[in-house]
Amino acid sequence: MYKHSVRIDTRRCVGCTNCIKSCPTEALRVQRGKAKITDERCIDCGKCLRVCPHGAMVAMSTSLNELGKFKYNIVIPSTTLYSQFRGLSNLEDIYAGLYAMGFDAIYEEAKAAEIIAEAMTHYIRQSDVAYPIISCTCPVIPRLVTVLYPNLIDNLSPFIPSNELAARIAKEEFCESVGVPREEVGAYYISPCAAEITHIRAPLGMDKSEIDGVFAVRDVYAQLLPFIGRTNGNPDIPQTIEHRAGAFGLGSAVVGGLSMAVGTEHYLAVDGVDNVVACFDEIENDHMSGLVLVEAMTCAGGCVGGPLTFENQFVAKNRNRRLQYSQPRLDLESDPHIQKYVNSPMLRYDKEFEPKNILKLSDDVIEAVRMMDRLETITRTLPGLDCGSCGSPTCRTLAEDIIKGQAVEMDCIFKLRDKVRQMAQEMVDLASAHKRG
Amino acid sequence: MVIYREIYKVKRGDFATAGEASAKIKSTLKKMGIGPAIIREVAISSYELELNLVIHSMGGELILEIENGKMSLISKDIGPGIADKALVMQEGYSTAPESVRAMGFGAGMGLPNVKRHSHNFSLESEVGKGTVITADYYL
Repeated sequence: MYKHSVRIDTRRCVGCTNCIKSCPTEALRVQRGKAKITDERCIDCGKCLRVCPHGAMVAMSTSLNELGKFKYNIVIPSTTLYSQFRGLSNLEDIYAGLYAMGFDAIYEEAKAAEIIAEAMTHYIRQSDVAYPIISCTCPVIPRLVTVLYPNLIDNLSPFIPSNELAARIAKEEFCESVGVPREEVGAYYISPCAAEITHIRAPLGMDKSEIDGVFAVRDVYAQLLPFIGRTNGNPDIPQTIEHRAGAFGLGSAVVGGLSMAVGTEHYLAVDGVDNVVACFDEIENDHMSGLVLVEAMTCAGGCVGGPLTFENQFVAKNRNRRLQYSQPRLDLESDPHIQKYVNSPMLRYDKEFEPKNILKLSDDVIEAVRMMDRLETITRTLPGLDCGSCGSPTCRTLAEDIIKGQAVEMDCIFKLRDKVRQMAQEMVDLASAHKRG
Repeated sequence: MVIYREIYKVKRGDFATAGEASAKIKSTLKKMGIGPAIIREVAISSYELELNLVIHSMGGELILEIENGKMSLISKDIGPGIADKALVMQEGYSTAPESVRAMGFGAGMGLPNVKRHSHNFSLESEVGKGTVITADYYL
């Protein structure tokens, strides 16, 4: 089954080369005039969604109509959700709106982020870990590492993304306090992120995600808008939640937020998938000695820059900061709710990450070396313009596709032109040869 | 018998492209399915060797060679050559000029680092002729 969250709308796709040239894992090709995603290479970073000028890349999310599938519904509002609304000063307005949408309980992603930050604070002091620790807050990061940087698998943080933790805790606490069985409770994440659908369909490092559906921030936006600035003081509208996040948790929507909460100066916060790739290359080359924590976010700016958001990332970033300052800086160490979970196995991935090995040409090294040799030879005969007209992002990738049997040399339009010219010449020669007759 | 060879020319003082050869070597090895542990060692050594060529040599080549069961990184330059071969293998010894140290290089860890990150290491040099450094890895 196709498990990725990006789908190609073939009616809109014109077969241009914007997406194939921007993909960090070279997962896209244009074949027979339409873009195609290579399943095992795609890491759900959402870059193609942003660069497609024709709206042909569609990020999937759960339809709001799905609410009602479970008897009880818990909502996990992403921290980014709060920064979408102009004039929002009380988070109570958001809570009221979410209750009005029909949710039975709210558990903030920001709260789970605080628990993970506190656990990370302890974890970075351990002596037996591979430094730098690469945070898995962004769900694309472990996918990127298993696909392109199998060397760095040991550096991945053992802690699951905060929204997944939020779902685990929220379900457990809800079932316990209301006394209902787990299968009657659904958890829905309100997401800025395109990778979440993939996370529920095919989670990494765990057998099953506790998140049952992913609503796009921009789909929920209109539902919440009527509540913003309106609920103040109205006792008829429920506006409270049990475990509210403070400034640190809210800060996690912006890149660098986790590192601030962890409180180490030996951190690197990097955002945007191309920058993350450049940074991981340097870590792999051992040029980052002394670095303890890498907070890598695939979207520029962090989650506020996610593709399913409504608001411009800079506007959202600015609002996020103001919301942060309006909340207390909770002392993570003395917060009883955080302390209850900080050492819990619930925070951790259940399974090891497996390297994907998509890069290697063959399982047999000698065979791979021979293929590499042919790849180099073919690359030298190609024009080196990386125009993308053949459907592969670069001449080198075309050469790779050719040796894998997925493309032919004549896919290159320059090669084709030469061939046509040669054939035309042969026809002219042939025609003149017959003049005598 | 060498079954695969990649040769990269490295120019003296060319910091703009420094690191490109080692990045390409790393990408080649990933395509060949070489084990991650070895790739990491080669990435470190090849970068050191490449930077050495840029900083210290009068220009040269970084070569990747693969034989059955063995892979070699070879750095070959056209001078100036190393007078005291024992001294350059000491950690902390460097002849890098101040301008290069200011860029964060020249801490005198280069060659010892290459040796540490290889399975077999050899250094041949003649003043006035050039230097050949070989780092071998057994697959």
